[in-house]
Amino acid sequence: MDRSGIRGKLPAMVTAGPISIWLIIFVLLPLVYVFVISFMSRGTYGGIDWHFTFENYTMLLQPLYLKIIWKSLKLAFLTTAMCLIMGYPLAYWIAQKPAKSAAKWLLLVMIPYWTNSLVRLYSVNLLGMPNGFVNLFLMKLHIISEPIQFLYTDGMVLMGLLTAMLPFSVLPLYSSIEKMDKSLIEASKDLGANSVTTFRKVTIPQTMGGIVGCILLVFIPSIGMYQVPEVLGGGKVMLVGTLIKNQFLMTKNWPFGASMAILLMFSTIAMLLIYTRVGKLEELEVV
Amino acid sequence: MEENRRLSKRLRRKRLGKRVSNVYAAIIYAFIYVPIAVMVIFSFNDQLNNYYWVGFTTKWYVKLFSGSELWGYLWNSLVVAVLATIISVIIGTLGAMGLMRFEFMLKKVINSSLYIPVIIPEIVMGISLLMLYQICNFPLGLPAVTLAHITFCAPFVVIIMRGRMSGMDLSVEEASMDLGANRLETFFRITVPMLVPGLLSSAFMAFTLSIDDVIITNFVAGPYSTTLPVKILSMVKMGLHPDVNALTTIMIAVLILGILVNNLVQAALRKRSMGTVKTYF
Repeated sequence: MDRSGIRGKLPAMVTAGPISIWLIIFVLLPLVYVFVISFMSRGTYGGIDWHFTFENYTMLLQPLYLKIIWKSLKLAFLTTAMCLIMGYPLAYWIAQKPAKSAAKWLLLVMIPYWTNSLVRLYSVNLLGMPNGFVNLFLMKLHIISEPIQFLYTDGMVLMGLLTAMLPFSVLPLYSSIEKMDKSLIEASKDLGANSVTTFRKVTIPQTMGGIVGCILLVFIPSIGMYQVPEVLGGGKVMLVGTLIKNQFLMTKNWPFGASMAILLMFSTIAMLLIYTRVGKLEELEVV
Repeated sequence: MEENRRLSKRLRRKRLGKRVSNVYAAIIYAFIYVPIAVMVIFSFNDQLNNYYWVGFTTKWYVKLFSGSELWGYLWNSLVVAVLATIISVIIGTLGAMGLMRFEFMLKKVINSSLYIPVIIPEIVMGISLLMLYQICNFPLGLPAVTLAHITFCAPFVVIIMRGRMSGMDLSVEEASMDLGANRLETFFRITVPMLVPGLLSSAFMAFTLSIDDVIITNFVAGPYSTTLPVKILSMVKMGLHPDVNALTTIMIAVLILGILVNNLVQAALRKRSMGTVKTYF
């Protein structure tokens, strides 16, 4: 078949064309534009002044902003660690089930994700109220005598992030555990290793792809989720996401907001590069 | 004897381990479901501010069904989600085929940029789209939201469809063309039917991503018409009223019903297809 000329290229153009054009217009070009803007100055009325400057990036080094970045990273790190601690055993537990019921248990993990995340976060808020369920429960058990002030603390934001992210951690972990060659575990045990050693030396290395995938899918979004501190932090917990959002929707300092977004993006790319050392991008279970 | 005792000890330990892991799984499922239970319970709470439990009432459901502005926002969300789903499924499915079967310029770039909307923090996408609309003088509003949603849904469709297609038997298509069907005919009569399960799951994915998005939508919705999640975000600061809980409860009930119906239909279909297999062989 003649593959040259417009007739040969037509199938490729019709199929891959739309998505390519779409990605170029709506993803690649805007990101390049954000990158450029991050080196511009802020105009007097909130516009963009086309003067090249590094100021937006040096501004990020101010203690005020460094503190916010540090806190965001810390909370994202804790969220990721908690997701692994909670998600890995659950994924393992589901993977032990026969395929049919495993699918049901996985579905049960995913259903909450299909409800409105804000209402769910607000429910977490209700649980933490001074006369909310958690405080009443602890007081009934005489563990505490006074209600604990949960509201608008970093801990509440962490709970919110965890509520929002946990389902995403279970999926990649599950698929890597499920794919693992189970006979390796038996072999390790037959050769005299106890459960801990087997887990450390066989199970974890075998499921590394899923673990790093989980870290990626939890850590990166947790940094940028501004709705979580907004609902659970009551304006008292400022994270990078909220900071960026405010630059665009409130204080109108787009170049500064762009510089923070670029910083976020480059740290994401750095993490991706680390990921590609243990797993393939195509195998990242995002869905 | 010794051997036996050791074996039973191992068995007992295994059983204990199983019990511990069951309890652990139950705790985590409880962690996942407690907020949802609270959401449902507080939709029946007889207090406007909804800070603590007062008493049982169904008045929020009554209020919801006797005309509430929330329906308007839900309608906006649905329109955006349906449009975004249809368009992203079309573009994404075609794209998955193109990326799998053909070689072309920039293929590598396109392949990697598929993962950008999936992986970069949504907020970066939100601001980059806001800046795009601003520089193009494209008005913010529901059309802008729809375009944004297609942008983050389509890559997911490509990834799902590519996964499905890589497991597909391409020789059937070749056979169809050998037997005289042209590309278009083959596409609609052979390829599409084979793709139906993948199409359904990617449509489901796109729809759920779109209907719940708040981070990106908040940037591009503009001040006038907005979607339900963005409206709820703006209401959160004042405290959500129980009617919002009521609406969300209805939505999750519909969803669960949908899943159940889907399961039943799939089971019925499987039974029928198994029947045909039997008659053929």
